Amino acid sequence: MTTVNNTRQPYILEQARRRDRQRRLWQICGRLGLYGLLVGVSLWYMAPLFWMFMSSFMPLEQVGIFPPEWIPRQWQFHNYTDALDFWDFGNSLKNTLIITIFSLIGDLASSTIVAYGFARFRFPFRDALFLILLATLMLPFAVRLIPVYIAYNEIGWVNTFWPLIAPNYFGSAFYIFICRQFFLGIPQDLLDAAKIDGASEFRIFTQVMVPLAKPAIVVIAILSFQNSWNDFLGPLIYLQDAKLHTLAIGLYKFQSLPGQGGQYHLQMAASVMMVMPVLIVFFMFQKQFIQGANLSGMKG
Amino acid sequence: MATAFGSQLRALRGVRRERWRDLSPMRKREARFGLLFITPWIIGVLLFNLFPFVASFILSFTRYNVVEPPVWRGLDNYSKILTDDPLFWKSLGNTSVYVGGSVAIRIVLGFALALLLNAKVRFLGMWRTLFYVPSVVPIVALSIVWLYVLNARAGLLNWFLTLFGLPRVRWFADPDYAMLAFLIMSTTWVGVTMVIFLAGLQGIPEEYYDAAKIDGANWLQRLRRVTVPLMTPTIYLNVLINIIAAFQVFTQIFIMTGGSPRDATRTYVLHLFDHAFQYLPPEMGYSSALAWILFMIIFVFTAVIVVSSRRWVFYQG
Repeated sequence: MTTVNNTRQPYILEQARRRDRQRRLWQICGRLGLYGLLVGVSLWYMAPLFWMFMSSFMPLEQVGIFPPEWIPRQWQFHNYTDALDFWDFGNSLKNTLIITIFSLIGDLASSTIVAYGFARFRFPFRDALFLILLATLMLPFAVRLIPVYIAYNEIGWVNTFWPLIAPNYFGSAFYIFICRQFFLGIPQDLLDAAKIDGASEFRIFTQVMVPLAKPAIVVIAILSFQNSWNDFLGPLIYLQDAKLHTLAIGLYKFQSLPGQGGQYHLQMAASVMMVMPVLIVFFMFQKQFIQGANLSGMKG
Repeated sequence: MATAFGSQLRALRGVRRERWRDLSPMRKREARFGLLFITPWIIGVLLFNLFPFVASFILSFTRYNVVEPPVWRGLDNYSKILTDDPLFWKSLGNTSVYVGGSVAIRIVLGFALALLLNAKVRFLGMWRTLFYVPSVVPIVALSIVWLYVLNARAGLLNWFLTLFGLPRVRWFADPDYAMLAFLIMSTTWVGVTMVIFLAGLQGIPEEYYDAAKIDGANWLQRLRRVTVPLMTPTIYLNVLINIIAAFQVFTQIFIMTGGSPRDATRTYVLHLFDHAFQYLPPEMGYSSALAWILFMIIFVFTAVIVVSSRRWVFYQG
């Protein structure tokens, strides 16, 4: 017996070692493949944006070359000033800022107030009303588009900023949902303590709830900003007067201007100018952007 | 959200309805405050949801060009749409292609990317950011860039194809490829579903995988028997959100092709938009009928998914 053991043990060990090596090799290959895939996917996502940025500095002749070139032969910074000559960027920026800021204020104020009502008070039909709120999220915008346009047309709001700003003062279902979920997580004891100290409902809301809900409020602010800044269909329908154009519409008109169809380098410069503020906000508030996306997937 | 909808619906059942006169004075006071706080939303829902919902239904039976008062036409709009508007069927077909393709892309690719990032990779935040950035870019700018990416002569995508020895494609000049081009472009927004899936994956307790490993489950078995079942609520939500959004695809198509070539990219909302805002005289009644048909289509899809979810969505606890 002992002799058999002596001869077999090294063999088993050898086999185990070989298996171990093989597994480690597989693991390394797997990891390499994984990172290779990640790099590949990143290139797919970044290439169009990188090219947009680079070509915004290129001379026009270089933009249409095949195969495409990625580095400007000469850095033409005047592409940006040239693009501004075709397009009243300053005015569009002003219009976009007005709409964005006033929508933001409305969204923040109305959504937190309504969410507080849903989260902290009991009243008849509350749950049924909240169900309706969630259902409105699934109502296609196409159904609302025409009657709302006709109504605004009737009261003379077409060619004003009102149709783009006013609705935000009545609470957006999605923001209310986010905020309510957050309010529900705040312990009731805290509110009871404030109540015992004699705070009114409005003081509790403004001085206890709102400061505590800051994370949710930042997410809503970012979503609201992004929404107004990027909005295309609203300004397209309501702001026909060229003086009222937003950046999104200005950029669209610039691209479709007769004779400008071929000015790719200037189009890219104009696009970069519109994209930059969003990217800056994104990189400043990355965490909240990701949270915002997650909240829409939240199990509540 | 959709799961919230479900739990809200369940909560409603079997709850004794409270009546105002049964409430104690203190509860009445509480209820009054609650209603006061939600008043803005109640006004909003009446003005921006209920009114347009009802109004577009009524308008869909009329002929209305905004200048003259609407004229009652009964079911004329609907019968014209169904029997005498080839572009309706064409646009419905194109939209179905987009819905099927883009929802599949967002769910399958989004899930795959989330799995990749969940495999304990280094620099997780960096990869996540790289995949997510394109989806925050304003859609007008994105459309202009993708017009160039999809350029037939010198576009980046054709260059990419030639790297693999494939022939160049005349994306927006070729009716057979134009819709495919939009599907390829729709990969841009996969980052959003990926982030949602990733958060879901990170919420799965490690113990489940350990237990499966001890039972000798391999990678594929763990994926099928542990990960996917636990992720069904998130998959359900993403399918729902993306189907509703995809049926209404408009902006990039309006900017990039306007429906050409030969109506190969004319989608449903583009068709509706043209009747209301592009053609003269505007046909608001006809357009409202189109909107209501779309609403019913989306409603049926949503209902089927919600009802079927009881069979395939798995809730823990």
